[in-house]
Amino acid sequence: MTAITHHTPDALLAAYAAGSLPQPYALVVAAHISLCLECRAAYEAHQAAGGAVLESVAATDVSEGLKSSILALLDTPVPCEPTYQRSGVYPGPVMGALKGRLPRWKSVGMGVRQCILSAGHEGSVRLLYIPPGQAVPDHSHNGLELTLVLQGSFSDDTGRFGVGDLEVADQALEHTPIADPGAPCICLAATDAPLRFTSFLPRLLQPLFRI
Amino acid sequence: MLAVRDSRDRVAFAELFDHFAPRLKGFIMRSGTGSGQAEEIVQDVMLTVWRKADQFDPERAQVSAWIYQIARNRQIDVIRKENRPMPEELGEDPSAEPEASQILAVDQEVGQLKQALTRLKPDQRDIIEKAYMGELTHQEISAQTGLPLGTIKSRIRLGLERLRHELKDMR
Ligand SMILES: [Zn+2]
Repeated sequence: MTAITHHTPDALLAAYAAGSLPQPYALVVAAHISLCLECRAAYEAHQAAGGAVLESVAATDVSEGLKSSILALLDTPVPCEPTYQRSGVYPGPVMGALKGRLPRWKSVGMGVRQCILSAGHEGSVRLLYIPPGQAVPDHSHNGLELTLVLQGSFSDDTGRFGVGDLEVADQALEHTPIADPGAPCICLAATDAPLRFTSFLPRLLQPLFRI
Repeated sequence: MLAVRDSRDRVAFAELFDHFAPRLKGFIMRSGTGSGQAEEIVQDVMLTVWRKADQFDPERAQVSAWIYQIARNRQIDVIRKENRPMPEELGEDPSAEPEASQILAVDQEVGQLKQALTRLKPDQRDIIEKAYMGELTHQEISAQTGLPLGTIKSRIRLGLERLRHELKDMR
């Protein structure tokens, strides 16, 4: 495995720690941190800064009964939340989004498959499966697109992206990622707008395929 | 906090409550939450502190950082009604004795961070507070240049060394 060279920008990490990142991006950042020590260290530094802010705000008196009611609840058993472990190439947070099951791929043509993890007003996040040598069809987007490689690699005008690398593309970048030879490329991609494949499927079909 | 984690010490937990509950309430109300709902969140956060105490690692984080993240997660879960995606936990060896020098190093860094915060001009400080209270978008955060985040950068370097060290021990 090669070293990760493309990392999460600091502003995204700070927003992730503060919880202001939209859910689709938060999933990609959580998955990258799961794979990347450098960004984990940076994330923990932002938590420390958040802790310093928490310590510095003016305290507000709490109601008299709050402490005793919390102390009385300490022994109350609570149902365990499920935690999801890494499975194959899929980091824990991705397995969480998949509810512990492996992805159910849907073909979108040309050998490319996708598995939508969530799609809503905040944007969408999906897994993409791209056979070697195959281009992810031209897509232009509004806003920000995050793509994290989980298996194989792809290259585009801006460089090569291997396992653990995160590509951050904004609307100024019209790029054509192509999966490198070798293993099929699997990546986790989040956008804050529906992907618009510009030369792939007639626009009319897009709602049908949700791409 | 270690007494809470290792010997389930209720007196120590009550002390944690005395220190953090009023700060948590102030912190939560700053983002516009009413007093009643803020106390509900304080209750959830403090109960999580008790229940998940075994996840607290003093070699990597100070209590305030750990509680900060629990509080933000809880606030977000309340607003969104869904869980925030979290990174995998590092699989650590729970039997390993924490190193006093590591804990001290973490405390010192956080001390420096707090000092840096108090030295900020009021408008800079306001931006930092807004950012970590989740009131700024990532675009707004990246538009803030020239904020004195030097201590955060040094914390990142030290944190990375610590994580590498920890991972080496696990192999
Ligand atoms: Zn990284």
